[in-house]
Amino acid sequence: FYLTPPQVNSILKANEYSFKVPEFDGKNVSSVLGFDSNQLPANAPIEDRRSAATCLQTRGMLLGVFDGHAGCACAQAVSERLFYYIAVSLLPHETLLEIENAVESGRALLPILQWHKHPNDYFSKEASKLYFNSLRTYWQELIDLNSGETTDVREALINAFKRLDNDISLEAQVGDPNSFLNYLVLRVAFSGATACVAHVDGVDLHIANTGDSRAMLGVQEEDGSWSAVNLSYDHNAQNEREVERVKMEHPKSEEKSLVKQDRLLGLLMPFRAFGDVKFKWSIELQKRVVESGPDQLNDNEYTKFIPPNYHTPPYLTAEPEVIHHKLRPQDKFLVLATDGLWETMHRQDVARIVGEYLTGVHHQQPIAVGGYKVTLGQMHGLLTERRARISSVFEDQNAATHLIRHAVGNNEFGTVDHERLSKMLSLPEELARMYRDDITITVVQFNSHVIGAYQNEE
Amino acid sequence: VAGMFLRLLSDIQWRAAHPKWRRMTSSQRSTSTTAEPHPVSLPAQAQVVICGGGITGTSVAYHLSKMGWKDVVLLEQGRLAAGTTRFCAGIVSTARPVSIELKMAHYSNKLYQQLEQETGVQTGYMKTGSISLAQTQDRLISLKRIASSLNVMGIPCEIISPKEVLQLHPLINIHDLVGAMYMPEDALVSSANVSLALATAASRNGVQIHERTSVSHVTIQKGRVTGVETDRGRIQCEYFINCAGQWAYELGHSGEEPVHIPLHACEHFYLLTHPLQEPLSSSLPTVVDPDGRIYIRSWQGGILSGGFEKNPKPLFTEGRNQLEIQNLQEDWDHFGPLLSALLRRMPGLEALQIMQLVNCPESFTPDMRCIMGESPTARGYFVLAGMNSAGISYGGGAGKYLAEWIVNGYPSENVWPLDLKRFGTLQSSRTFLRHRVMEVMPLMYDLKVPRWDFQTGRQLRTSPLYDRLDAQGARWMEKHGFERVKYFVPPGNDLLDLDHSKTFYKPDWFDIVGSEVKCCKEAVCVIDMSSFTKFEISSTGDQALESLQYLFSNDLDVPVGHVVHTGMLNEKGGYENDCSIARLSKRSFFMISPTDQQVHCWAWLKNHLPDDSNLVLEDVTWKYTALNLIGPRAVDVLSELSYAPMTAEHFPSLFCKEMSVGYANGIRVMSITHTGEPGFVLYIPIEYALHVYNEVMNMGQKYGIRNAGYYALRSLRIEKFFAFWGQDLDAFTTPMECGREFQVKLDKGMEFLGQEALLEQKQNGVYKRFTMFILEDHDTDMDLWPWWGEPIFRNGRYVGKTTSSAYSYTLERHVCLGFVHHFDEKTGEELVVTTDFINQGEYEIEIAGQRFQAKAKLYPFSSLFTQRRRKDEVELSGYQRE
Repeated sequence: FYLTPPQVNSILKANEYSFKVPEFDGKNVSSVLGFDSNQLPANAPIEDRRSAATCLQTRGMLLGVFDGHAGCACAQAVSERLFYYIAVSLLPHETLLEIENAVESGRALLPILQWHKHPNDYFSKEASKLYFNSLRTYWQELIDLNSGETTDVREALINAFKRLDNDISLEAQVGDPNSFLNYLVLRVAFSGATACVAHVDGVDLHIANTGDSRAMLGVQEEDGSWSAVNLSYDHNAQNEREVERVKMEHPKSEEKSLVKQDRLLGLLMPFRAFGDVKFKWSIELQKRVVESGPDQLNDNEYTKFIPPNYHTPPYLTAEPEVIHHKLRPQDKFLVLATDGLWETMHRQDVARIVGEYLTGVHHQQPIAVGGYKVTLGQMHGLLTERRARISSVFEDQNAATHLIRHAVGNNEFGTVDHERLSKMLSLPEELARMYRDDITITVVQFNSHVIGAYQNEE
Repeated sequence: VAGMFLRLLSDIQWRAAHPKWRRMTSSQRSTSTTAEPHPVSLPAQAQVVICGGGITGTSVAYHLSKMGWKDVVLLEQGRLAAGTTRFCAGIVSTARPVSIELKMAHYSNKLYQQLEQETGVQTGYMKTGSISLAQTQDRLISLKRIASSLNVMGIPCEIISPKEVLQLHPLINIHDLVGAMYMPEDALVSSANVSLALATAASRNGVQIHERTSVSHVTIQKGRVTGVETDRGRIQCEYFINCAGQWAYELGHSGEEPVHIPLHACEHFYLLTHPLQEPLSSSLPTVVDPDGRIYIRSWQGGILSGGFEKNPKPLFTEGRNQLEIQNLQEDWDHFGPLLSALLRRMPGLEALQIMQLVNCPESFTPDMRCIMGESPTARGYFVLAGMNSAGISYGGGAGKYLAEWIVNGYPSENVWPLDLKRFGTLQSSRTFLRHRVMEVMPLMYDLKVPRWDFQTGRQLRTSPLYDRLDAQGARWMEKHGFERVKYFVPPGNDLLDLDHSKTFYKPDWFDIVGSEVKCCKEAVCVIDMSSFTKFEISSTGDQALESLQYLFSNDLDVPVGHVVHTGMLNEKGGYENDCSIARLSKRSFFMISPTDQQVHCWAWLKNHLPDDSNLVLEDVTWKYTALNLIGPRAVDVLSELSYAPMTAEHFPSLFCKEMSVGYANGIRVMSITHTGEPGFVLYIPIEYALHVYNEVMNMGQKYGIRNAGYYALRSLRIEKFFAFWGQDLDAFTTPMECGREFQVKLDKGMEFLGQEALLEQKQNGVYKRFTMFILEDHDTDMDLWPWWGEPIFRNGRYVGKTTSSAYSYTLERHVCLGFVHHFDEKTGEELVVTTDFINQGEYEIEIAGQRFQAKAKLYPFSSLFTQRRRKDEVELSGYQRE
């Protein structure tokens, strides 16, 4: 089974999306030039989700990738809802009041977010009313709380994450008279999702991360080379601090059973996640909800199964770790990607490949013969190889696609091997998951000039 | 094959990149070249100041001093031979498609050969010969065409088989070759040393050379050069010569009155290697593989190889000046395709070790020909630049012609193809130049077939009808920036795309043009001829008439409304311009000239008209759209549109009248068509152009009107033996030599320019004669088509070359026009050409080495003139003797 280069391209490009930020949006110049995003499924259907939106009532842009597990329901819900929770958390008191009054009197609502979506990125229409009501309850509480203080982005992010996870949990416990919705909220709660979200406003970049997706900053050094700076910590067994945290939260007696085979309770890879009520609810609550739930839920072995050594829930949280970074002119781009990418590529390679792609091939390190002994034949071979690399760059108009091409098709020399790419993409559905994971990538490109100007102002 | 012009690095000089070495030797060099060492102060005045110490500047200095002009100062901003000349050294190659370039290169070769003996400076001259390879049959045809024109000039040259290539050069892979051209006399030189030798000789002859002196600008007063400002003071001078190479454009623009020198630099790469295990013989011929876009020569036991890639890198668009060309960055990725071509041509070189990839900028011009001559706006301001990477091949000859031009007023050969005045301000936009040179540089090695056209820098000047015509299937060519229609592709009729339509044989538009010609003969066609140069000359008194009577050979004192065909001649009686002049009133004249005369003719008139504020010369080219209505029914269309009788009694041939056409008034109608066919040209104020065109097309429906293009026009004029200036006529051709004595009024009662020369010719006879040839045994479908520049043989002996050719749809034969000379069989001396000499010969035309029988005629076929009016008033009167 062999795919021709155009066939390969049509697979790789099926989900690509690019957005270019207008240089001046009427209010301010954006530090974001735009972003490229793409995803390549391994699961059928894909369990990854992604979101991007511009905040309309506050400044800034939100971008995120969400890696679902045990189904895609939770990732889907988080991708639809999280940004609203964040945006609402960021809104000043007056704006919240204005919105609440508008809803109260049936007037048109101020738009909160402008979404930048690929046609395949959908919102579930059926749940919109339910989701809206939960969100409204949240902002009504925020209005009542009225702290009077200006909202801190870090706090807003943490609150939004926690609140949404809480709402997901509550909706599942309460249930819904509509049987379709009832089943939906249960599926959302019983599946899980990690989230890695960036909020960019001028030179202020906040990354809120829950789980093992990752944010990485691409930095161009003075000599033109590329390096990577991590802006998130993976919440998994490889992160000692995270293992420590989990152990701290539970009695000493459970120490041995908490993390087994690098998994939480021997089951879950990420140590933080949305949903996954099986790791959050008490056994009684789980049993009650499953039994009263619809038959489909009852018949599902997975939902009925209680994790072993389950003594002191909750074992899992959706609270994110937030990292704040002041953007500098040398910070050229941000890569948000699910673990499907990071499993196959080192971040240093990611930085180099995206950096070279974004700056164009002419910035490829020029060859100089200098004092070396090089023959015409050797030079010819070298140039031919470089040309092949260049041509692979020109195939892609999207940095995320370009990265996926490398992630899937790289041979041992770090160049894209078409044969390998063809093989990997033509794997039958049932085999694909064994060779690769879902990959979702969003590459945000920064405007160094704007960032430089901000810096000078300060 | 335009391109086997390389330059080679001097074997010693190229190490000069090392600064230490350079500093150390610069003083030595100064003494060795006898160039005045710094800081000898500049003279306060000189007759001639040359800017630029490269091959062109030193060559001009050398030739000026040889011709006895000693009061010459040469200024070089860095050191002699330090620019393109130093980095790029080369191959002296004579294989040039344009005859004047061929002559320059031939002269350069002869000059360089004896230069070492003359000056004592080693020039590294080595006669290696060169081989131009053909990978395709078309390429071989183009080589054969060059070989054919070289042979008749006595320059050795032969077409050889791939096997013979191998005997000449053992490293060449010949498997993909169909043939080659071998030129045994091509040579290699060290170009920097040639330049130094020329400077040495010039210096001995009295030329002062000042290095490290930059010209900041040239001062011009009342349209004349008065002096030069430098960083070391001012020099007063009568003549300034801009030989600044790729900085010539900037220098031209540095003064208050800009001199437009359209050239632009591109990076050019070549490779140097270490010696082969068994060092390559330095006498091996240079190899040019145009299909692979590369040249290869031996260099210090290794090779030097470069080329002209498809995707050139233009540079210095913003005009970044720098003292000397720095070693620009090597770009191996860019050179990759050329390296592939090199290894394909010489696979044995794989193990050869690289020494360096040299990047040396070269300047290119909009039409791939160099730029020489005097500025149209500043007298005494001369230019020699834009060598299109053939500086060494052309340098010697170009310097000679320019020196002659300055000393004698005109060079000894027709250099119009290289004249600065072929360009105007319109070619001097940096954007235009940047785009055009990116097309020109690859063209050096592209296959050049008949009727090729530039594709960049288009749609600059257009007629107001452009969109209308384009929508009707017009295919365009460009002249002097103006878009002109070649022919109209009828709806549903698809022609080949540009690349595939390249051919030396019958072209794909053959039938389309045939039907346009037929329509001109039988009904009526419209051709948009707006590109023609149009001047108005008027005066308050008789100054206009008097001046024109002196400048033109025909009698212009004709009744108002008459149109006169006349030459604008130089002192030797040669055509500076060929035009039609209508007398609009007693005191004003309307002058129509070829499109590319806009700058040249203007300068000529400005220089020759008396400085009189009552005499006004105006360029009205842009004010009028010209529609040429050709054909027997033109008269019907026009009379219906104007309600005026247009028959010969009321509107005789060669007549001009302002009248209304449709609603539009003030249309200048002239009863000429530039083809010998009946019809009219309408000069329409541009705002009426669309209206008049629509009216003509609507009214013409019932007479079978259709659009036509210049290809039809060309076929019509050539079959009637009409000569066109710029193709057939030049400054070295007189009316006597082309059967136009009837357009010369030696007895018009007043003196005119060129009169003496013509009188002498009338008495003593002419040394060449414009002749029409009808190809006899030429198969239009199967044989190679003639173009121009084909050798003419009379009784087996070479007598001249063709200047233009076309297929005559009426005669169903190819017609070539050209000049026949009479060379003495023993001495080669030129003898008078008589009518008998022309008529009593058996003729052959050689196309790419193959000869075709041809019938020679001195007068056109009278049967071709379908409609005759009063015999003496027909456009072609004087011709009708047969």
